[in-house]
Amino acid sequence: MADALILNVVLFLPVAGMAFTALAHERQPNLVRAGTFAAMLVQFALTAWLYLRFDATAPGLQFATHLPWIPEWGVAYLIGLDGYNVLLVLLTAFLGPIVVAGAWTAITKDVRLFHAMVFLIQFAMIGTFLAQDLFLFYLFWELMLVPMFLMIGIWGGERRIYATVKFVLYTAFGSILMLAALIYLVWQLKTTTGVTSFAFADLYGAGLAPQAQAWLFAAFALSFAIKVPIVPLHTWLPDAHVEAPTAGSVILAGVLLKMGTYGFMKLGFPLFPDAARDAVPIVMTLGVISIVYGACLALVQDDIKKVIAYSSISHLGYVMLGLASLDLIGIQGAVMQMVSHGLTAAGLFLMVGMIYERCHSRDLADYGGLAKLLPVYSMFFMVLTLAAVGLPTTSGFTGEFLALLGTFRAAWSAHAAGDSTLLWLAGIAVSGVVLGALYMLRLALRLLFGASRAPHAPLADLSAREVGLLTAVVAAVFWLGLFPDEPMRKTELAARQYQQLVAGPQAVAGTAAIAGGTR
Amino acid sequence: MDKTQALLVLALALFSLGLAGVVVRRNLLVMLMSMELMLNGVNLSLVTFANQMGAAEGAVLVFLIFVVAAAEIAIAIPIVLLLARRRHTLDADAYADLKG
Amino acid sequence: MPELAAIALAPLAGFLLNGLLATRLFAHRRGHRFVTLVGCGLPIAAFALTLKAFADLAAGGYAPLSQTLYTWIAIGGVPFEVSFWFDRLTAVMALIVTGVGSLIHVYSVGYMKDDESYARYFAYLNLFLFFMLLLVLGRSLLVLFVGWEGVGLASYLLIGFWFSDPEKAAAGKKAFVVNRIGDAGFLLGMFVLYATLGTLDMDRINAAFLASPGPAVSATLVGILLFVGATGKSAQIPLYVWLPDAMAGPTPVSALIHAATMVTAGVYMVARLSGIYVNAEGASQLVAWIGVLTAFFAATIAVAQHDIKKVLAYSTVSQLGFMFLAAGVGAYGVAVFHLYTHAFFKACLFLGAGSVIHALSGEQDIRKMGGLARRIPVTFATFAVATAAIAGLPPLSGFFSKDEILWFAYASERGGSPWLFAIAALTALMTAFYMFRLLWLVFLGRSRLDHHAAAHVHESPPSMTGVLVVLAILSAAGGFLSIPHVLEPLLPLPGIVAERAGGHVPIVVLSVALGLAGLAGAWWLFGGAGERAARLDGRAQGLRRLLEGKYFVDEFYERLVGRPLVWVSEHVFLRLGDRAVIDGTLHGLAGLAQRTAALMGRVQTGHLHFYAFLALAGLVGALAWSWRHG
Repeated sequence: MADALILNVVLFLPVAGMAFTALAHERQPNLVRAGTFAAMLVQFALTAWLYLRFDATAPGLQFATHLPWIPEWGVAYLIGLDGYNVLLVLLTAFLGPIVVAGAWTAITKDVRLFHAMVFLIQFAMIGTFLAQDLFLFYLFWELMLVPMFLMIGIWGGERRIYATVKFVLYTAFGSILMLAALIYLVWQLKTTTGVTSFAFADLYGAGLAPQAQAWLFAAFALSFAIKVPIVPLHTWLPDAHVEAPTAGSVILAGVLLKMGTYGFMKLGFPLFPDAARDAVPIVMTLGVISIVYGACLALVQDDIKKVIAYSSISHLGYVMLGLASLDLIGIQGAVMQMVSHGLTAAGLFLMVGMIYERCHSRDLADYGGLAKLLPVYSMFFMVLTLAAVGLPTTSGFTGEFLALLGTFRAAWSAHAAGDSTLLWLAGIAVSGVVLGALYMLRLALRLLFGASRAPHAPLADLSAREVGLLTAVVAAVFWLGLFPDEPMRKTELAARQYQQLVAGPQAVAGTAAIAGGTR
Repeated sequence: MDKTQALLVLALALFSLGLAGVVVRRNLLVMLMSMELMLNGVNLSLVTFANQMGAAEGAVLVFLIFVVAAAEIAIAIPIVLLLARRRHTLDADAYADLKG
Repeated sequence: MPELAAIALAPLAGFLLNGLLATRLFAHRRGHRFVTLVGCGLPIAAFALTLKAFADLAAGGYAPLSQTLYTWIAIGGVPFEVSFWFDRLTAVMALIVTGVGSLIHVYSVGYMKDDESYARYFAYLNLFLFFMLLLVLGRSLLVLFVGWEGVGLASYLLIGFWFSDPEKAAAGKKAFVVNRIGDAGFLLGMFVLYATLGTLDMDRINAAFLASPGPAVSATLVGILLFVGATGKSAQIPLYVWLPDAMAGPTPVSALIHAATMVTAGVYMVARLSGIYVNAEGASQLVAWIGVLTAFFAATIAVAQHDIKKVLAYSTVSQLGFMFLAAGVGAYGVAVFHLYTHAFFKACLFLGAGSVIHALSGEQDIRKMGGLARRIPVTFATFAVATAAIAGLPPLSGFFSKDEILWFAYASERGGSPWLFAIAALTALMTAFYMFRLLWLVFLGRSRLDHHAAAHVHESPPSMTGVLVVLAILSAAGGFLSIPHVLEPLLPLPGIVAERAGGHVPIVVLSVALGLAGLAGAWWLFGGAGERAARLDGRAQGLRRLLEGKYFVDEFYERLVGRPLVWVSEHVFLRLGDRAVIDGTLHGLAGLAQRTAALMGRVQTGHLHFYAFLALAGLVGALAWSWRHG
């Protein structure tokens, strides 16, 4: 019970934080920053406590709160941790203090509003993950747009208005479709079972007709696919990243993109299992296209932020691949890849922000040989680069390896059953590891190596604040790379549940037999 | 023609009169008064139907409309006064540039 | 519980200490001794621990030792464990890695002593040793793969060690990316194995393939996929292109990583998974042919190179080809034997080259050397011994291993053929020729040094020459320990085709003759003032340019893959896909919406009567509609 209370505190702490920023005075920006940082730190500490208390062997929701809200419509305030969201909530809370500390010197305009927006987005993101009621989920989902819109639009770069409008229009378009679909879904649930409910658990068993499933899946999938983003719905991402302030990019790459993949895992696939199973080849194809297309585009960018933005598209392709594989290893790999990408991309964007603060340029052509000018910076950059490349011992490897292995295993059994399409797709996906090395090392080569060159030299190497927050990110990267067992145990039951909901119990029993029989 | 029908005809007449007033007259104050007429036509029809069906909801709605109309006039009259003070006219077409 | 993990963890501790502490706390000179102590001490400790593990192995009657460190991850109850395995093959490899590795660390103390990034150098070198030991000690393919990628990383960092030179940094990147191509194949091989066998433990994989009935997957498919990884790491056709460029790194690095240890990882992997290759006739044939062709082509290129390290680099590629030839015809023990002798003599050659470069203050072009024998005698003597060893002159180590390879290439019943033998023999001749050419041009004949360099020629410090002497002794005597015999219980040698059984003695004679012929040829051409070589050079201009240009394979790859990839990304994906099609559609839709809005906006005139009239019209319309559809 106390833990359930703590979970509510975790969720609503940012709201209190917003009140704090409203009361603080604009002439004391450091007070605002320190207060926000402290609040985020408390939030992370509480989340970490809940993470440690999370029982990996118990299925279903933990620390749940269930209060009726609009009983006539079956809407409830239902939140809780489960295997789907536990790591993502932890990631979000982990990045909170890092975002604030990372923006300490970068944001000087409207400091209070900025931190209020950070609180608001934190509230919306954690709410989206925790919500177990579709209505609540949708509210939080839409709420995320507002602070992000302002963050890019107010503190962004030169073309910030274009970027933020593009971002909002893209996402809002998807959201509208999802809204229509979810209303129809709940109405269908009522006509077939007589229950009026928005709770995920009730909706999983809605038992829709295949035709309806296909349409609803398309609507949900489109909404999530824009958020992921999956090629060809991705063009908002590079623009948003380039124009967003560092904090915005960190939040966007760190957590916001995972909303799409999380949505697929929690809702898109399991709500409409028949349609989802039919869509597996399409989703996989799009995943592979995202991997290759994103990587190729990252290869020809000269803007540092764009390289990382396109690499995000490529990395999230692996997540889609793993989720669509419906193989336990692949699903677990997808979850790990989400968290891993959250860490590495967030870290890399932070580092781009740091160099931008010093040199006011994001053009690769302006740089060279930073390894000599900024050795500590370069060391961190190299580590994060290698994590993005997916080098073993980093979290990137854990995610990529498991996602690809699971995909391949699923493709192999499909191949044994006579369908080799997936096998080809898995084969092409593996080429992503080569392309990944190509574009990330190109970035490192042009930024860190060669003749020493940077605008506004001489440069100061990283401050203690910057070293501190990068150390935290790097430590997390190695933790998930070297010891992924403990976190993965906490998500395994959810992965199994997802697999059963989508593939059906028989199919799951079948793969288990294959895995067990050869041991 | 029984009582209900007669009342409805009266309501329709009131509403039509109001509408015609809004469309035809150019004086802002007269237009506001015409709008009140339209509202009263609606109110009358609501009361009539409520009476016919023996239900109270219609009558309740009328009270709501009263409140809304009062509020509306309370805001509209000062706006018109302010406008008139600036341009010294009550001709609605004189304010066509307010479309923005 | 045998302490296998400690072997690998010792150099890791060295990396962490030197990497994190030394560069921060003891900037520059003050930490020099600390760095040296940690950087060399921990590899030596690893060597001692390996010796102890070997003693344990011998005491246990050579039953494999294993140790599970922890479960990396368990999904669906199936664990991926970080576990180590120590048998005869591991013992040989681990002893080479830690032994030669320690020697090269010691050598580096002298070679790198004036470098400003001394601590970083030792940190990377220790990191390399850690990953290499992980690769060698791993029981599971997963651990091997971690080491496999890790040595690639260390190699990348060390090739680009002097990163201020963009070409050197680019060489590091090239090595990493080309290796990654191989790794993609390796990953696929692992996936196939896991999908069909449900395990990645190599002893289990071997057992599964050796059992009958075998697993439901073609051994040839798995064998080829894994071999793709080996062509990357061990620099075979078609992925050998990174190794010559890798010479941009410090010379001891070339000796350790790009000659003695890392590049032999592919050979080790094939030998370790011999259970697969024994059953994969097609894959084995491929391995043998790729090996022998690589050996041949690399040797032809080596003949025409002018950079002392490039000659040795191509020689390494060529010798690795020999190892794969042996593995391809089923003589895995012989492949490891050549790996073992090669580690000694090639390390000795590279370190000798390092000593020459050190003596000449950085000069690497052999056209500007000559007559160094008297000025740096120890380097010369050790270099000469190693040259003779690689040329296969008896009784030096290279003679034994190369002779066995030629013999099995000819007579093995697992794919031995006269063709393989003929090409290998020709390559052996060329090897002897280009190595003696190198010896002559560098150490003998007339001095072609410029005055400035000539004045500064000096023999290297004892920490370097001492290592050279040890390696020269090992190159000379190493062949008397018959590795194939040691490994035989684990890696049985293939049978001999009956009708070719009588050929062994002639082949021994022939291989000695080839070595001597190479020596004679080099002497004849380059002895004296070298005018014969100049005349030959004038007559075969085209061939020389082809060989000097390394058959223009790099340029070919660049045109075939590199540029098209960038072109497609830039023009098709970025300009056409992203900008024209996707964003074009979006902007088009947005424009449409704006124009429509502008059109509709005209209705808003500002005249209240018009609005009221529209409302009236709407009302009438609605009434009329409801009337009609009433």
